[in-house]
Amino acid sequence: MESKIAVAVDDLTVAYNYKPVLWDIDLSIPEGVLMAIVGPNGAGKSTLIKSILGIIDPIAGSVAIYGKPYVKQRDKVAYVPQKGSVDWDFPTTALDVVMMGTYGSLGWIKRPGAKEKKRSLEALEKVGMLAFKNRQISQLSGGQQQRIFLARALVQNAAIYFMDEPFQGVDATTEIAIINILKELRKAGKTVIVVHHDLQTVPEYFDWVTFLNVKHIATGPVKDIFNDDNLTKTYGINYKVAVQQ
Amino acid sequence: MDITQYFTDYTLRTITLGTAVLGAICGMLGSFAVLRKQSLLGDAISHAALPGIAVAFLITGAKDSNVLLLGALVSGLIGVFWIRGITTKTHLKTDTALGLILSLFFGFGMLLLTYIQKQPNANQAGLDKYLFGQAATLVESDVLLMVTVTGISLLVMLLFWKEFKLLLFDKNYAMTLGFNTKFIDGLISFFIVLAIVIGLQTVGVVLMSAMLLAPAAAARQWTNRLSTMVILAAIFGAFSGVFGTAISASQNNLSTGPVIVLVAAVFVIVSFLFSPERGIIFKQIRLIKNRRDLQLKKTLYFMYDIVRDHDDISRPHAIRILNSFQGFTKKTLSKLEEKNWITIQGQNWSMTADGFETAANLYNNNIPES
Ligand SMILES: Nc1ncnc2c1ncn2[C@@H]1O[C@H](COP(=O)(O)OP(=O)(O)O)[C@@H](O)[C@H]1O
Ligand SMILES: [Mg+2]
Repeated sequence: MESKIAVAVDDLTVAYNYKPVLWDIDLSIPEGVLMAIVGPNGAGKSTLIKSILGIIDPIAGSVAIYGKPYVKQRDKVAYVPQKGSVDWDFPTTALDVVMMGTYGSLGWIKRPGAKEKKRSLEALEKVGMLAFKNRQISQLSGGQQQRIFLARALVQNAAIYFMDEPFQGVDATTEIAIINILKELRKAGKTVIVVHHDLQTVPEYFDWVTFLNVKHIATGPVKDIFNDDNLTKTYGINYKVAVQQ
Repeated sequence: MDITQYFTDYTLRTITLGTAVLGAICGMLGSFAVLRKQSLLGDAISHAALPGIAVAFLITGAKDSNVLLLGALVSGLIGVFWIRGITTKTHLKTDTALGLILSLFFGFGMLLLTYIQKQPNANQAGLDKYLFGQAATLVESDVLLMVTVTGISLLVMLLFWKEFKLLLFDKNYAMTLGFNTKFIDGLISFFIVLAIVIGLQTVGVVLMSAMLLAPAAAARQWTNRLSTMVILAAIFGAFSGVFGTAISASQNNLSTGPVIVLVAAVFVIVSFLFSPERGIIFKQIRLIKNRRDLQLKKTLYFMYDIVRDHDDISRPHAIRILNSFQGFTKKTLSKLEEKNWITIQGQNWSMTADGFETAANLYNNNIPES
């Protein structure tokens, strides 16, 4: 199977205050996969995504999106940050947050117009949140806030989606709604990379997986590499025993 | 002083206009400071501006307020740079950096001020007005400067509105979209420093940050829209300026700056108590009402449980069968009837279609209530 490489990470090393958080990561992600990034808390999963997106400057290494640096490929990439990274008491509405997804294509100073509004409403509809478009964002449940973030990324209409724990704090209905949207994206040929916490659902939801714990442990198809050996290497405990308890 | 005199007095009119404009720009830019969760920043900047005033005086020997304010601007900006530098280059937290810069610069400023006051120079008098402010010294050219600065910051705010909002809500996301967040951040900081500097003469170093924060904090209580918040904050700020000036003018020897800040504080108190959505009082009332509502809905749901076993939902049932249910009282029944969820016929009740639907959707959170 011959496929293009969507994301290539080469020798990436990142540290906060001299403490290495990612150590010499080499990673390549083929186009069109729905991939989970798994690893324990503090493994550097969020940091990996942030460094790929240029939010954090790495100490060493480089990242390529379809062969070019991220700054040249912004329009091909969308980002769903961890929900806790923003203040949900900010005075704004659901629709307004989703519209932010259009700001990148608008560039400086230009304001969103009717076209951008229409696209944002469509995205809200897609995540089942149209009825809440004028709600203040603090008056949304955790799952609804997560859907709003997803809609904002959908508006970006990208080729590659990075999502940091989109299932965090959502109910079962929302989880199913979100995974269905992600599967739809993959069907449309997009590459979707998701930081994921629930190991039980990895085989059901994803076709690729990356194991990460400061170092890169393995990347590949779930059916080939999602095994006790890699889980033990990543989580540092005998995974089989832990599950049986 | 009576009212007619108030409006014809030229000096007073100048001062009133000045404090109103100052209040407006502080409210406007203060909104950004509040939403950036950098409430202490204003305090640090205003204190950091003091040595600049003293140094400008020592160099030029002039009392021209524009020259002194330029000095304040420079040292205020240096303060901001250092705060940034400390937080990005060391392990220190932002509030530590703010406290450090505040006390360092203020201490140095006070030192210079006492030195200047000891000089046998007739010109020195008047510098201490920058400590607590002295609105009475405002002249037309000062007010003109305030109006100009306000106009420019209004223009910049309208131009970069979208960028400001994005940065304030989600800085990392703004970065991934390709916006230069350092530039936007710097722009906001620059205008906050500017607003503080032009207010020093009126309100003074010590109270300046209250002028920045109070109108914005009050405005946040009344709205869930950023634009409305900024406009409201500007209005609250302007009113504080006008009322404060009027009160201090009608009472001899009350200095204007502190009175303005007190009026702004009244806006804060009233807003935190009485704003309909976020205010403490209405929140409490809603809590009590919600509890009653919940009781009512519990009863309705209990009735729904009985009703849904039958094909005909409006079939009458004896009120007696509700007796085993604790939450039921005569009052709840009549309340339920008031809401058109049930009807009562003698010793029987029956459910309406409306009530049935309400009960069925009681635990469905995916329908917005309003
Ligand atoms: N801004 C920061 N400053 C300092 N340390 C950080 C910062 N962000 C994350 N870290 C540290 O880096 C490590 C990796 O964090 P993160 O990437 O958020 O992990 P994960 O997303 O896998 O839980 C953790 O030990 C965390 O404490
Ligand atoms: Mg994380």
